[in-house]
Amino acid sequence: MAEGGAEVPRLAGGPAGWVSVAIPTALFVWFAQFLPAVAAGQTPLIGFDWVPSMGIRLEMLIDGLSLTFALLITGIGTLVTLYTTSYLGKHPEYPRFVLYLMTFMVGMLGLVLADNLIALFVFWEVTTISSYLLIGFTSDSAKSRRSALQALLVTGTGGLALLAGMILLGQAAGTYSLAEIRQMGDAIRNHDHYIPILILFLAGAFTKSAQFPFHFWLPNAMAAPTPVSAYLHSATMVKGGVYLMARMNPTLGGTEPWFWALVIAGGFTTVFASVLAIRQTDVKQVLAYTTLMALGALTLFIGAGSSDAIKAAMIFLVVHSLYKAALFLMIGIVDHETGSREVADLRGLARKMPVTFLAGALAAISMAGIPPFFGFIGKEFLYKAGLEAETAQLWITGTIFAASVLMFVAAGIAVARPFLGRLPEKFKDVHEGPIAMWIGPFLLGALSLYFGIFSDIPEIWLVGPATDAVYGADVSVDLYLFREVNAAFILSMITFAVGFVLYLMHARIRDALAAIIQANPLKFDPGWDRTLDGVKALAEFQTRYLQSGVLTRYVFIIFATFAATTGFTLWAQDALNFQLDIAAELDGLLFKHWAVLVFITAGAILTALTRSRMTAIAALGVVGIGVALLFIMFSAPDVAITQLLVETLVVVLVAVAMLKLPHLGVRTSEPNRPVHAMLSIAVGTVTTLVLVAVLQTDLDLRLTEYFNATSYYEAFGSNIVNVILVDFRALDTFGEIAVVVIAALSAYALLRGTRYGAIREDDT
Amino acid sequence: MELLVALMVGVLVAASVHLMLARNVLRFIFGLVLISNAANLTIFVSGRLTPESPPLIPEGATTPVADAANALPQALVLTAIVIGFGLFAFALTLVYRTYQNLGTLNSDEMRLAEPLESKPSAAKQVAEKQYIARDTTS
Repeated sequence: MAEGGAEVPRLAGGPAGWVSVAIPTALFVWFAQFLPAVAAGQTPLIGFDWVPSMGIRLEMLIDGLSLTFALLITGIGTLVTLYTTSYLGKHPEYPRFVLYLMTFMVGMLGLVLADNLIALFVFWEVTTISSYLLIGFTSDSAKSRRSALQALLVTGTGGLALLAGMILLGQAAGTYSLAEIRQMGDAIRNHDHYIPILILFLAGAFTKSAQFPFHFWLPNAMAAPTPVSAYLHSATMVKGGVYLMARMNPTLGGTEPWFWALVIAGGFTTVFASVLAIRQTDVKQVLAYTTLMALGALTLFIGAGSSDAIKAAMIFLVVHSLYKAALFLMIGIVDHETGSREVADLRGLARKMPVTFLAGALAAISMAGIPPFFGFIGKEFLYKAGLEAETAQLWITGTIFAASVLMFVAAGIAVARPFLGRLPEKFKDVHEGPIAMWIGPFLLGALSLYFGIFSDIPEIWLVGPATDAVYGADVSVDLYLFREVNAAFILSMITFAVGFVLYLMHARIRDALAAIIQANPLKFDPGWDRTLDGVKALAEFQTRYLQSGVLTRYVFIIFATFAATTGFTLWAQDALNFQLDIAAELDGLLFKHWAVLVFITAGAILTALTRSRMTAIAALGVVGIGVALLFIMFSAPDVAITQLLVETLVVVLVAVAMLKLPHLGVRTSEPNRPVHAMLSIAVGTVTTLVLVAVLQTDLDLRLTEYFNATSYYEAFGSNIVNVILVDFRALDTFGEIAVVVIAALSAYALLRGTRYGAIREDDT
Repeated sequence: MELLVALMVGVLVAASVHLMLARNVLRFIFGLVLISNAANLTIFVSGRLTPESPPLIPEGATTPVADAANALPQALVLTAIVIGFGLFAFALTLVYRTYQNLGTLNSDEMRLAEPLESKPSAAKQVAEKQYIARDTTS
């Protein structure tokens, strides 16, 4: 195999490499077969019953939106896994990486295809967990671990909110099927729980898609290997939140709260992120922040909600996935070959890495929005939708204009800076990356150009059906590069002019921004650390407080809880509303009854109050014997015999132990004695009240009558108590014997002692 | 009689809670014995008290006499007494052993696993010495 297979073009990474490429390829082809049906307006549902008892059915909803996502996931997935065979193929943990990546892909496909809300949540969490594992892949790095945990906690918290929102929505709609929920938009929007549902869903979507103020985890997530950044944190996973908002648009969208929440958060995120993108010196970080910008723009336009805005969002979704994945992969190749991603280091690499440059340039031109690339169409439609918006027109247009200008600059920083100019001496020996690496970005970049020129193809197959699905009604989608000189076109020209000027000045702008950001006291990342520290301190405080390790405090809490809750229940259930017949109670009471009651009571009080060990043991004995007498007087001879036996043993054991134990000492020095005394009286009172309340109710004798009637016929015994113990409830008795045996064995183990138990005697 | 026993159970419980709140673990054990008795009496009384008529089937008959005592609580109490004794015996052994190892019966001083940094007790120092000794000898 090793030599015979030489003529076959082999992938690095062994079988894991082949499998990781083959799976997404096969899935891509499988999903592609649905294109004609979906383009014709059908929504195939494929599924089976998952948890029939709870009405949970696992169903795949394939419509324009989910199919567009599925094709992006599997298509970009194919290119990314191919790239990874070369990028990480020699890594000793490569198979583990492939496992995580495949897990993620399955989760992400499930997320966009699930028709059931609960299934959607499960897949949502699968992507969160696999993202955690992938960000933390270089687990020996503390930064990587921290970033992974941060991403997990932020998106995981959002996921919990989402689950709550989904359950509320499921309750409100009476179904968990998205296909059905989509039909009842008005009912949901007028439901009492609409606002909580909206808040919970947006909490999930905003954390997943890193909208301000939950944005900080995404740039940190770039600690992951570059293929992960390209795949999860740019092209697919972070768009999960966008997908959710798009999916819920027909159900939750179109209201004032929805509009303002999305438009404000999205618009702010998009400008904020593009400003921060310019500030970065690491090309990967530049790309990370422009990803935030794109997510903000998508949120903004889904929120704007007009058919034009949805159309623009769907175009931009495809545009961005293509060029951003390509750019991440490109900087990965540069990093792989030169060992640097710093803007200041990288110059003139075009001569050494021409194909990578070509791929990067294609993507960057699309990102800058220059015709005839697909990115230009995307930007034109964003502008058009912004200019024609009925509400908040200035905000939408303004933010997207500012973001587009800065994207132009960022595109220049990401590609023009590293590849153009003079090649520094230290990069003389740099060479082109392997084909497995550059084929991905090259294809994606080329697709950005192809979709721009032949805009019919994405229009018919992807954007059109997706827009219909999100808008909830048919929208005519007609993509074009250029029709006429209109406001959007003029705005595009201004974008290029301003962007070009800013690009020339970008080094100075970056320094100025760095100074401003340095001076800004509000920092999210350190704030995150402080929040985590606060949570830990709170946990420590409450653990110290509740789990104090002080026995008396535990006992106090247990009894106080018992007294409070039981007392409250008695009061709340009105159980104390009874009449006591004192005369009947005292009638017929003999001297022996009085004597036993007095003995037991006196013995108990004496045990509690005495300072002498011997008195305590004797008083305990009195109580025990008294209880045995009570059993005898009230027709329980078997119980009385056992009680006598046990009581004798108790006294003997305590007396033996006393030989080795010190005297009791006084309790007056102990703190909180009045509080303890009050609690004791309270618990005693509550117990008596419960017992009296129980005695006021009618006794249910069904079990006793059953035992009385059957013990002779079925168990052939005439002592009913014995029959119950050894026959009817024999398993209980067996358990009881087991308890006694375990107690005896444990006691034996304790008494036998351990090796180090003897040391103390030498010590003292 | 039931009401008086209920009152007495209250006293038993109050006494045992008072004992269990003590720092001396031997008192805690006394409380344990008392509260076991109180619990057994609670079950017994809940099934009502019937004087001098045990739940036995007379010779030649197939069912007990009409007003025989309630057999079910008796069976439950029997089990409870034995388990209560098992618990007591184990707890007493534990106390005995603890005193041998730590040299104290004061539960506040038994803080080897969760030391209070501010005030290390004599018991802690002794126990630490033991653990160090164990590590060096093994």
